[in-house]
Amino acid sequence: MFQYIIRRILIAIPVLFGVTVFTFFVINMAPGNPVDMYVNPSATPQQIALAKEQLGLNDPLWVQYGHWLGQLFQGNLGFSYSTREPVTSMLIERLGPTLLLMGTSLIVAYLIAIPLGILSATRQYSWIDYLTTGFSFLGVSIPHFFLGLGAIYIFASKLELLPTGGMNTLGGTTGFGDTFFHMILPVLVLATGIAGNMVRYVRSSMIDVLGKDYLRTARAKGLRNFIVTNKHALRNALIPIITIIGMDIPLLIGGAVVTEQVFQWPGLGQLTIQSIGSRDYSALMALNLIAAIAVLVSNLLTDVVYSIVDPRIKYE
Amino acid sequence: MANLLDVNNLQTVFRTDKGEVTSVDEVSFSLKEGETLGIVGESGCGKSVTSLSIMRLLGKGGRVKHGSVKFKDRELTNLSEQEMRNIRGNDISMIFQEPMTSLNPLLTIGNQLMEGIRLHLKLSKKQAKLYAIDMLKKVGIPRAEAIINEYPHALSGGMRQRVMIAMALSCKPNLILADEPTTALDVTIQAQILKLMKKLKNELNTAIILITHDLGVVAEMADKVIVMYAGQVVEEADVYTLFDSPKHPYTKGLIKSIPHLDNDSSERLDSIPGTVPTLQHMPKGCRFHTRCPFATERCINEKPDLLQLKENESHSVRCFLYDSEQLDKDVREEVNS
Ligand SMILES: Nc1ncnc2c1ncn2[C@@H]1O[C@H](COP(=O)(O)OP(=O)(O)O)[C@@H](O)[C@H]1O
Ligand code: SF4
Ligand SMILES: [Mg+2]
Repeated sequence: MFQYIIRRILIAIPVLFGVTVFTFFVINMAPGNPVDMYVNPSATPQQIALAKEQLGLNDPLWVQYGHWLGQLFQGNLGFSYSTREPVTSMLIERLGPTLLLMGTSLIVAYLIAIPLGILSATRQYSWIDYLTTGFSFLGVSIPHFFLGLGAIYIFASKLELLPTGGMNTLGGTTGFGDTFFHMILPVLVLATGIAGNMVRYVRSSMIDVLGKDYLRTARAKGLRNFIVTNKHALRNALIPIITIIGMDIPLLIGGAVVTEQVFQWPGLGQLTIQSIGSRDYSALMALNLIAAIAVLVSNLLTDVVYSIVDPRIKYE
Repeated sequence: MANLLDVNNLQTVFRTDKGEVTSVDEVSFSLKEGETLGIVGESGCGKSVTSLSIMRLLGKGGRVKHGSVKFKDRELTNLSEQEMRNIRGNDISMIFQEPMTSLNPLLTIGNQLMEGIRLHLKLSKKQAKLYAIDMLKKVGIPRAEAIINEYPHALSGGMRQRVMIAMALSCKPNLILADEPTTALDVTIQAQILKLMKKLKNELNTAIILITHDLGVVAEMADKVIVMYAGQVVEEADVYTLFDSPKHPYTKGLIKSIPHLDNDSSERLDSIPGTVPTLQHMPKGCRFHTRCPFATERCINEKPDLLQLKENESHSVRCFLYDSEQLDKDVREEVNS
C-alpha cells in the first residue's frame, strides 16, 4: 500500500509538470499582459517598455518558464504583478476561507444526498422518487451564478434575512456566528449542484445493489428491511460513490470560482477571477498548480479509501 | 403423519411493463418431515419462483395470486410480514445457485453467519461466534476459527457454498429450499456438496426441496420428484417410478437427454427439439403441444389436468395420452380430502 502511494506520487510529478507548461503558455497567449493592466494610463510608451523589460516579459517564453520553474524549486512562487505581495502569502490568506466553504458544502451536500438517494431507490417510482429525481435534475442544471444571484435577490435583497456577500460584516463582529451567517447562501449554492449530482448516483447505485443475490440471502435469513437496506445494501452502494466524491473535487473547484465571485467570498476562487482580470501571471500559475495538486491528491485519496472499505481490493 | 408442507393450486404472477404475467400456475405438491422433493425442468419453467413464493420473497412486482401454502398447519400466504420473518432462516431456509454472489462481499463470513444465529436463537455475541465456528466445522470447513474473520472473496466457490449450507442449517430448520445448489460448481465439488447435504439432512432430519435441471442430481438425492414445464407440474412420482416408467412425453424427453457414461461422448445428446413458450405467448390447450411428438387436435384446444394413475396413485401426469388409465378429477379430490 505504502509503495503504491509512493508510486502514484512519482507518476504525479510529470503530470504536474505538464499542467504548469500548458497553463504557462495558455496564459501568455491571452491578449494583454500584466503591464498594460496595471500601469497608470498616462504612462509613456517608453515607461511601459522599461517596465516590461524589468519584469522579463520580453524574454522568449521558454526562458520565462524556466525562470518560474527555477524559482518554484526554491520554494518561491514569485510576486504578484498587481499588488507586489508575495504570491505565497496571498494564497495562505485565501486558502482558509476556500477550504471552509468547500468543505462545508461537501458535507452539507452528502448529508442531503445520501439519505435522499436511499429513499428514492427504496421507493422507486413513488412520488418521493419522482420529486427527488426532479429536484436533483434542477440542482445539476441550474448554473451557479444564476442560483447565486437568485438567492441573493430573494434572501438578501427582498427578505433581508441574510447578507449579500463577504465573509464578515464590515466593522462588525468577526465571530463564528457572523461567518456562519455569511456562509449560508454560498454553501447552499455550491451544495445544490453537488447534491443534485450525488443523489442520482446514490439512487442508481442503490437500485443496482438492491437487486443483488446477497440481499435475497439477507432477506431469506429473516432480517428486517431496515437492516437489509442499511447494513447490507448501503455499504455496497456507497463504494462506487467514493469515486464520485473524487470526481466532485474538480467540479467543486470550478463551482467555487464562480460562487466566490458572486458572493464576494475572499477565497482562492475570487483571487483567480481577480488575477485573470489583471493578467497576474505568477498568481495564476500558482493557483493552477494548487488546483492540479488538489485534483491529483483527491484521486489518490479516493483509491486509498476504496481499498480500505473494499476488502477485495489490494494495491501492491 | 401430517404433511410438513402442502402447496395447493399455487399461482404466482408478476407485474411487468407488458402487463401481468403468470409464472407459476396450478402447482400443487406436498412434503413430509425429512423428505426430499426434487423439482426439475428447463430453465425458466418456474422452479425458482415456486420456492420464492413459499418464502414470500418474490420482490416488488411478484405476488401469490391464488392457492395456499401450508407449513406446519399455518397458512403462510396469510401471515404478517413480521411472522414471516420469524419463519425465514429459522423454520425454512434457502441455499442459492450462485455461491459467488450470494454472500455479501463487504461483510465477514462470521458476521453474515452470526446474524441469523443471533436473531433466531437469541444468543449473545460470544455464544453466537462459538456456534458459528461449530457450524463451519460441521460443513467441513478447515481452519474455521480463522475463516470466520475472512471475507467471501478469500474462499473458493465450493467453500462459499459450504458457508451457505452452514448458514441455512444454523437454526435447525424443518425445511430447506435449495435452488440449484451445485449448478455453478465443477463436478468433483458438486459431488462433495451433495454428499454433505445428504449427510446433514440425515443427521438433522431436515426436509429438502431440491431444485435442479439436472436429473442426475435428482436420482442421487430425491425421494420424490415433480417435473415442471412452462409454469406447471406435468408429472409427479417417487424417484424410482419416474426413472423406471416415465409417462409424460416431456419427462421421457428429459430422461433420454441424460448423457450416459457408456455412450460414446461424441454422440449427440437426445434433447427435446423446440423452445419453451414465453409467458406472454402461452399456447392454448396443453402447454407442451408445440413440442410434443404425440400432439393431437384435442391437445391444441383442451387443457389437460394433472391426474393420478389408477395403477399407482402416487404417480400423476398431465397428459391426454393416459386418459383411460387415470382417476377422474373428482375421485382424486375425494382421495385427497
Ligand atoms: N421478477 C420477475 N419479474 C417478471 N418475471 C419474472 C420474475 N422472476 C421470474 N420471472 C419469470 O418467471 C418465469 C419462471 O422463472 P424461474 O422460476 O426463475 O425459472 P427457473 O425454473 O429457471 O428457476 C420466467 O419466465 C421468468 O422470466
Ligand atoms: S396432452 Fe397432448 S400435447 Fe400435451 S403432452 Fe400429452 S400428448 Fe403431448
Ligand atoms: Mg432458477
